[in-house]
Amino acid sequence: MNCIIIDDEEMARAIIAQMVTDHKDLTLAQEFSNAMQAIKYLNQHEVDLIFLDIHMPDFTGFDFIQTIKNPPKVILVTSDKNFAIEAFEYECIVDYLVKPITAERFEKAVQKATSAQISSSSPKGTNTIAEDNANEFYVNIDRRLIKIEFNTVTIVEAKGDYIHIKTEAKNYIVHSTLKKIEDKLPKDLFLKVHRSFIINTKKIIDIEDNSVLIAKDVIPVSRSNRPELMKRLNLL
Amino acid sequence: MEQANSEYIDQLSGDNVEFRKKIIEILKRELPEEVGTYFDQIQNKNYLLAAESVHKLKHKISILGLNKSYYIAEQFEDNLKVNSTELLSDFDVIIKIMQDFVGKL
Repeated sequence: MNCIIIDDEEMARAIIAQMVTDHKDLTLAQEFSNAMQAIKYLNQHEVDLIFLDIHMPDFTGFDFIQTIKNPPKVILVTSDKNFAIEAFEYECIVDYLVKPITAERFEKAVQKATSAQISSSSPKGTNTIAEDNANEFYVNIDRRLIKIEFNTVTIVEAKGDYIHIKTEAKNYIVHSTLKKIEDKLPKDLFLKVHRSFIINTKKIIDIEDNSVLIAKDVIPVSRSNRPELMKRLNLL
Repeated sequence: MEQANSEYIDQLSGDNVEFRKKIIEILKRELPEEVGTYFDQIQNKNYLLAAESVHKLKHKISILGLNKSYYIAEQFEDNLKVNSTELLSDFDVIIKIMQDFVGKL
């Protein structure tokens, strides 16, 4: 999940940023010391999760949530235990962390956010890959068919009954299988490099013995898939 | 008198020496700024703003393992919100404990 941190206290931002960086399912897109900067950012970028302080000068966390249209999932972070009831009046708020945050509590909150994203991404348990054509395919999220262009996809990862589609702008969790999406993706662009991973070969940054680096993600390459990957490269 | 400790910082950092260094740097920089703001607000009798500063300082109080002091700060924050300075001297002691500890980090 692509996430941002909004907190006026540098110490709090540093702690959350480290926890996000250490977490395999999270990518830190940006951090902000005030809500106004974050609103400008959200007008131009999509994020999956916000770590949001309630107590900020001028503009509180709740003001912020009320200001943005279609807020993503929010984990509130605060030194105050008294807002818990108000917090859960907002559908987008998935958890409430009281400072100082421990690694265990952080993990629990992220799991809640992931579960919330999965449930909102798979209405009625239907097959979510709806349609395809030459340049894009569609996924069914929140009863909307979302267009994803093939060339924006970086990685597709199998996660149990779901697939995690990572694009340059946003990540999607979709109820489907790796086999199903593999059939939809153009063969010249995508390659299955591991039983759990399909990569966009145009997005490779570098390759080591048993892994490839794509954006910030290190993806394992199985021994059996390595020859095909090497064949695809325009090797000097 | 309650003593500050670095247990939370140690636990949070684990083997990550760089992160520990970063946290301590922020603490050394941010604590004097927040304390300075708080004292200005108290001096100017701007108690509502001072309550905000106490609120912010509560995070650092808890980071430094001052669990009992945290509750004093919480009560003091509530007092300031109703223009009462009761517990002011207790809070000054907490600030001094933090400053002394952070100074030695």
